[in-house]
Amino acid sequence: MTTAVQSTQPQPAPVGPRGPRRPRGRFADKAGLRTGERFVSPGRIGAIVALVVLAVVWLLPFLWAVATSFKTETAAAATPVTWLPPDGFTTEAYERVLNEGNIPLWTWNSLVTAVAITIITVVVTALAAYAFSRLDFTGRRWLFWGIIASIIIPPQVLIVPLFYEMLTLNLIDTYWAVILPQTVHPAMVFILKKFFDQVPVELEDAARIDGAGRLRVFWSILLPLSRPILAAVSMFVFIAAWNNFLWPFIATSDATLMTLPVGLQTVKSAYGLQYAQVMASAVLAALPLVVVFLFFQRQIIKGFATTGFGGQ
Amino acid sequence: MSSATVDVTGAPPRTTSPDEIRRGERERRARDNRIGWAFVAPFVVVFVMFLIWPLVHGFYLSFTAESITGAGGELIGFDNYAEALRDPIMWRSLLNTLWFTVLSTIPLVIVSLILALLVHQGLPGQWLWRLSFFMPFLLASTVAAQFWIWMYNPQLGLVNYVLGAVGVEQIAWLQDPQWAMLAVVVMTLWWTVGFNFLLYLTALQNIPEQQYEASALDGAGRWRQLRSITIPQLGPTTVLIVILQILASLKVFDQIYIMTQGGPGGATRPVVQYVFESGFTGYRFGYASAIAYIFFALIVIISIGQMRLTTRRSA
Repeated sequence: MTTAVQSTQPQPAPVGPRGPRRPRGRFADKAGLRTGERFVSPGRIGAIVALVVLAVVWLLPFLWAVATSFKTETAAAATPVTWLPPDGFTTEAYERVLNEGNIPLWTWNSLVTAVAITIITVVVTALAAYAFSRLDFTGRRWLFWGIIASIIIPPQVLIVPLFYEMLTLNLIDTYWAVILPQTVHPAMVFILKKFFDQVPVELEDAARIDGAGRLRVFWSILLPLSRPILAAVSMFVFIAAWNNFLWPFIATSDATLMTLPVGLQTVKSAYGLQYAQVMASAVLAALPLVVVFLFFQRQIIKGFATTGFGGQ
Repeated sequence: MSSATVDVTGAPPRTTSPDEIRRGERERRARDNRIGWAFVAPFVVVFVMFLIWPLVHGFYLSFTAESITGAGGELIGFDNYAEALRDPIMWRSLLNTLWFTVLSTIPLVIVSLILALLVHQGLPGQWLWRLSFFMPFLLASTVAAQFWIWMYNPQLGLVNYVLGAVGVEQIAWLQDPQWAMLAVVVMTLWWTVGFNFLLYLTALQNIPEQQYEASALDGAGRWRQLRSITIPQLGPTTVLIVILQILASLKVFDQIYIMTQGGPGGATRPVVQYVFESGFTGYRFGYASAIAYIFFALIVIISIGQMRLTTRRSA
C-alpha cells in the first residue's frame, strides 16, 4: 500500500472531438483508478492480493462446514483432515437429519413467529410514527422522548421479569410467548418518524380537504410513498426475529415449538460426535437466509445501511 | 378561559366570528388529541407491556428473594445487591464482559475499515466481496457458533490443521482457559464484522469524488489521499461505529454460551450469562434481577460517557 504510484504527473483530461473524454475505460473505471494512474502498481497488487486472501479466509468456515456435511461420519472424523473424503461425497447426513430431526418443523416455527413479529411490529410502529410526525396530541413530546430513551435498555436485562410475566399470562411454550416481547422496537419508531417528516404534508392536505380521514390518508397516501423504508424496517425486524436466540430459548422448552436457532442448539447434544450431521443441520439452518440474501443482496445491504445506526 | 376576550393571535380576517373560530379550534384540538392517541395506542400497549412493565417489575424483583416457585416474594432491601457485590463470580463475569468488549471492539473497528477500503477499490466482482464479508452477519448465533466449534476442534478442525502446517502444536482453543477468550473474539470478528464493514462502505461511497480529483491534480498519491481525505472523512462514521460496537459487545452472550458455556472454569462467562444462570438454572429471580440491574447501570453509565465525549467533540 505504501508504494502507491507517485511518478505520474497530474494530467488534464484529454479533450477529444466530443468534448472532454473520460480518461479511463469501463474496466479501469470499475477498478476505481484515479486520473492518470497506472492499473498495475505494487501497491494495487498488494491490495488485490490482500482482498482475495481475506475473502477466502472469510469463506473458509462456510466451505469447511459444507464439505464436512457431505462426508460420511467416518470420513468427517478421520485424521489427518482432508477436504476431499477418500470415500466420496454423500448426502447421507442430510437425509438422516431431515428424516429423523425436527429441522423442517423448527423452520416452520421460525417462519411463523418471525412473520408475526414483523407484521405486528411494522403496523404498531408505523401508526405511532405517523402520529408523532403529523398529529399534535397532549403528551406527544414526552412520550416520544420516552420511547427514544428506551432504546438504551438492553433486552437482556428484561429476560427474568419477561419470563415471569409470560408465566403469569400462562403463555410459556406458546408462539405468543416468543412473538409478543419481540414486537417492541423503539428505534424503528424513530427511523419511520424521520422518514415521514420528510414527506411533504401538502400531499395529504389535498386528500384531507376532499374529506379523507387520517387513517385513510395514512394508508393510501403516506404508506405507498414509504415503501422503501417500510421494506428496510420489515427486513431488519424479520432478520432479527429469525436469528434471535436468547428470548426464544427462554420462552420455549417444548421441542416442537422451538425456532431454528434454539432447536439447533439441542442438535449438538443429541447427535454427540456425529460431526457430519451437526454440520448438515447448521448448513440447513443457514440456508434460508443465505438464499434470500443471494437474491436480494442489494436490497438487504441498502436496508441495513438505512436502519443500521438506529437499529442496534 | 373568559369568553369575553377576543382572539387576536394573528388570525387572518375571516367571515366566521372569533367565537366560532375558537370553538372550531378547540374541537380540532380535541379531535387531534383523540386521533393522535388512537394512532400511538397499539405501540404504547406493547411498549408498556413488554418493555416498561418488565423493566419496572425487574427493578422491584431485585429487592426481593423471589424464586420460580413464587416463594420469597417479600422485600429484602438491598440484600441481593450486597450479595452481588461480594460475589466473586459476579465480578469475574463482569470483568469478562469488559475484557471481551475491549478485545473485540478494536479489531471489529480496524478490520472492518480495512475490508471496506479494500472492497471500495472497485475490483470486479463486488457482489462476491460483499457476500464474503457481510454474509456471516446474517447467520444466527447458533449457526455461526456451530461452524466455529467445528473449526476449533482440536484434532479435526481447520484452525489447528492450518496452524499445524506451519508447525504450531495442537491447541484446544475452547477448552484451554488461556485461549478460550481469544477464540471467542476471533469467531465474533468473523461473524459480526460485516455490519461495520457495511457502514464503512456506505460512508466511503458518500465521499465526494471531486476531493480525490482535486488532490490528484495536486500530485497526491493514493497513500496520501487515504491519510488526508479518506480517514478524516470517515471520522463521524468511526465515532458511531465505535459507540455501537462497544454497546453491542457489552451485551455478548449467545456465541459464548453456545461455544464454551462460559468455561473453562468461568474463563469466558459474560455477565449476561450469569444473569441467565442465576435466573433459570438457580431459579433465583430476585438475585438475577439485581445482577441484571448492575449490568444495566453499567450500560447506562457507558452510554452517558459516550454521549458526553461525542457532544464535546462536535461542539
